[in-house]
Amino acid sequence: MNIAACIKQVPATESKIRPSTDGKDIDRTGLSYVVNPYDEFGVEEGLKIKEQLGDGSVTAISIGGEKVAEALRTCLAVGSDQAIHIQDDAIEGSDGHAIARILAAALKKSDYDIIFFGRQAIDDDSGAIGIHVADLMGLPHVAGINKLEIIPDEKRAVANRQIEGATEVIEISLPAIFTCQKGLNEPRYASLPGIMKAKQKPMTVLSLSDLEISADSVDSSKAKTTVIKIESPPARSAGIIIEGSPSEAVAELIRLLREEAKVL
Amino acid sequence: MFNILVFCEQRDGKIKRVALEALGAALSLTSDGDQVTAVLIGENIASQKETLVSGGADKIILVEALTLNTYSSEAYGRIVSDIAKKENASLILMSATAMGKDLGPKVSARLEGPFAGDCIKLTLDDEGKMTATRPIYGGKATSTVLSHQASFQVATLRPNVFSVHDQAATQDPQVENYSEIPDLSNLKAIIKEVVSTAGSKIELTEANIIVSGGRGVKGPEHFDIIEALAEALGGAVGASRAAVDAGWKPHSYQVGLTGKTVSPSLYIACGISGAIQHQAGMSSSKYIVAINKDPNAPIFKIANYGIVADLFEIVPLLTEAVKKMKNE
Repeated sequence: MNIAACIKQVPATESKIRPSTDGKDIDRTGLSYVVNPYDEFGVEEGLKIKEQLGDGSVTAISIGGEKVAEALRTCLAVGSDQAIHIQDDAIEGSDGHAIARILAAALKKSDYDIIFFGRQAIDDDSGAIGIHVADLMGLPHVAGINKLEIIPDEKRAVANRQIEGATEVIEISLPAIFTCQKGLNEPRYASLPGIMKAKQKPMTVLSLSDLEISADSVDSSKAKTTVIKIESPPARSAGIIIEGSPSEAVAELIRLLREEAKVL
Repeated sequence: MFNILVFCEQRDGKIKRVALEALGAALSLTSDGDQVTAVLIGENIASQKETLVSGGADKIILVEALTLNTYSSEAYGRIVSDIAKKENASLILMSATAMGKDLGPKVSARLEGPFAGDCIKLTLDDEGKMTATRPIYGGKATSTVLSHQASFQVATLRPNVFSVHDQAATQDPQVENYSEIPDLSNLKAIIKEVVSTAGSKIELTEANIIVSGGRGVKGPEHFDIIEALAEALGGAVGASRAAVDAGWKPHSYQVGLTGKTVSPSLYIACGISGAIQHQAGMSSSKYIVAINKDPNAPIFKIANYGIVADLFEIVPLLTEAVKKMKNE
């Protein structure tokens, strides 16, 4: 199986997020970056499939500046075979449609049987790119899988996806795209030998021209939407601590919820 | 004149409340001359017309076929984008449910239009271009985006945020039975089975009241006291990441950055310290109650009402008090 895992480098989950001074981005000073947690499930699932079938290859793919090489290196260290880093100044400010076009162009360079994405990146929380790429490539997809079974001889797979109060069991032909939800697997950590080996593994850097995409067709001027304001959510302040014995406190809480909050 | 298309999600032939929220949102964006068109896809759905009319639809498009009983990204995506083109829709709205989070990007890809997911605020300017506000970084910030195109804009709406319109219709809506159903015999992805998950019947993201348990619950066997309170309140059960990672509850219960983001009227956090990742998923709740033994737990900094005490003492008393109140 030829497997690709598309990943994004994002600020770590414990990061404090503040708007930048111009209010159009977040303040990035002092942030530490990680591989988007949902994308890690995709890398791990790729590695598991390769191990189960005893052959195949896992390629980690990402878009972004120089720093993104660190995230790709992490994917190589846990066991991915190679990495593709799409780097081009014109990509700054591109919208989801443009990012999807660029990824689709990179993915078309190789015949992948399975392409993984995270169900969403934990920075912009959009959750659209994997689905956009599937549509552009004419591939079927399942979004938000938490279980996957590959039937290689029949070129098909069975995926579970969680919906409200139920699980959908979906049969899908390969090649296909899956976006990964938590619960799919437990991503492994990089071992020291893995980290050493990663340095020898191939990392290809591609520009837009390598993908035969003109810069002005995907740059910020073509974006269908522009971010005009990033704000902190309305601050919550501490309310009251209800004192008294357990039964007094409960009685007072019920009173406040009924009379003040009016939610009961 | 704008035509706003609203994809109305149904389950087992019944319109979901969140679909009425999307209709309500559409109605609030329109003025005289604009139109709200509801699209309903499924099997045996014609009886739901009335619900859509009182929800604010001016026109209803029914897409009925046996093969459309379960969701298919490819089939629904094609049908909704075909209708959007035919209706020359300015904006296509749907709820950000599991279905909407899949269908929205799919329709947007097909129409190559502006997309904004999980919106909490939406306006249209005079030309019909949307300005949408949506939480990012799991709720640690909000992003307001401006669309540059007045046609085929797609927005999914966060459940529990937009109000349902519930006034009697002043005129009979136009009802159209959509007949141009594409050939669906070659779908590459097909739902074989839908398995109901055991447990709380109310979906977390759609619940009006949520009772969540964290590390302080001390084990899966003690979650029954959390469940009893949720049941008494008619709410859903949630869990912190600590409780999910310990295996006490499945991931579908998790509230927070790598789980669900919820905005109920009332969120009761029991034995949850309130790490920044958890707060990101629930801080937009209208009222927050925290019950925790540790007076320094960060959750108290965002809670409207706090009780510093053992949850094993407080929660059962609260359940009894709620039951008593409901019986009055």
